[in-house]
Amino acid sequence: MEYHLTTPLSESDVTQLNAGDIIYLTGTVFTARDEAHARILEMEEKGETLPFDLDGAVIYHCGPLMQQIDNKWRVVAAGPTTSGRMSKMTPPLLERSNVRALIGKGGMQNVSESLKDRCVYLTYTGGCAALAAESIKNVSNVHWLDLGMPEAVWELDVVEFGPLVVGIDSKGCDLLSDVRENVKHAFSRI
Amino acid sequence: MTCKITKDSVVNATIDILKRAETQLPSDVINALEQAQMREASQIAKAQLSAILQNIEIAKEHSIPMCQDTGILVFFVELGRNVHLDFNLEDAIIEGVRRATESIPLRPNAVEPLTRKNSGNNTGIGLPDIKYELVDGDKITITVAPKGAGSENMSAIAMLNPTEVDSIRNFILTTVLNAGGMPCPPIVVGVGIGGSFDKAARLAKSALLRDIDPENMTELERDILNDINSLGIGPMGLGGNTTALTVHIKTAHCHTASLPVAVNIQCWANRHASVTLGGDE
Repeated sequence: MEYHLTTPLSESDVTQLNAGDIIYLTGTVFTARDEAHARILEMEEKGETLPFDLDGAVIYHCGPLMQQIDNKWRVVAAGPTTSGRMSKMTPPLLERSNVRALIGKGGMQNVSESLKDRCVYLTYTGGCAALAAESIKNVSNVHWLDLGMPEAVWELDVVEFGPLVVGIDSKGCDLLSDVRENVKHAFSRI
Repeated sequence: MTCKITKDSVVNATIDILKRAETQLPSDVINALEQAQMREASQIAKAQLSAILQNIEIAKEHSIPMCQDTGILVFFVELGRNVHLDFNLEDAIIEGVRRATESIPLRPNAVEPLTRKNSGNNTGIGLPDIKYELVDGDKITITVAPKGAGSENMSAIAMLNPTEVDSIRNFILTTVLNAGGMPCPPIVVGVGIGGSFDKAARLAKSALLRDIDPENMTELERDILNDINSLGIGPMGLGGNTTALTVHIKTAHCHTASLPVAVNIQCWANRHASVTLGGDE
């Protein structure tokens, strides 16, 4: 199935999706990699308020290449980074916020339980940074630039961002882990 | 007459090849991706390859990097024995990297390994990585191969038992299996066999530079490629029959008691570009 969704995402927006569905997304996505995840968790641990609202939000595992011209930020290239690095930090993140979708590449480990009935993991074709930049129409904000350009949280306005493939749905189906299991069997036959 | 190679010409050539490597893929790589797109049966795999091909077109058209991970910059310099330089070649390449980082622009990826402090311009201790080779003649050929971390992190080296030559294939397959969808398949697999611990890794990296040509593969390379593609990892690890575009093996003699094998994994963006300076006008 193919879906065209708009942020902020509701619970029913994401629970209708099945692993393998193709999604095009319009609205706002927040980039967050290793350092941003660590800071979000640290602030939440201390009970501090985040400078952005993650209710119904989409987190994009991406360290974009940005350029500032006349005080205005512009996306040069913004493909997905390896999501696996964020696997451990994702369950505590989802516990404390209503993040509805994660976008990245390569799959995630041991997050299906945390995604259940509330959130999905979407994969975006790795390396497709120029294609992604085409569907990012505006940079509406940047937070934590002290972490460096790739690690900062960039608020990006996207239109028909995709194709995104549902990698892990909210019912526990994990396309990438299914492929990995099949690969193991294929390997044992060689 | 032989034309003089100036520092400026090396700086500018470095910027030129960086721009070309980051924004345009060599035609052999594009051909291989197009072939894969036609071969794939699954809709998801086809969608990944279509996105990749569309991405390559946009990057070329707008002259922007095809991937936001513009890599660490690895240079291969073939230095003619008769070339006389009145400047520091390394300084010129570093200067080119600094300027290209700003002008293309490139993502600043170079960090000090322990403090993780970013230098901001893709240079630092040992970076860019420049490998020199002395060759005959009066020319310099500079090749740059930007290398992203997603695929580099999935690479591996093993000091195998020298009596177990058959285990080479297993080690390569296991490395690809463990990498799964993480290195952005379809990948290019560079393999170095023999030499020493470090030599094998260098062979593996330089093997990535060879043109992708199904007609120009050894039987071993072809067998390993078939095995890899029968695993079903597929584009981006979402399943499919194109996990690797090619396997390139380079060998060197090694110690009788050693069998080093290095596997350098490269993402679909097998970026590289070259320039030759000097020689007859």
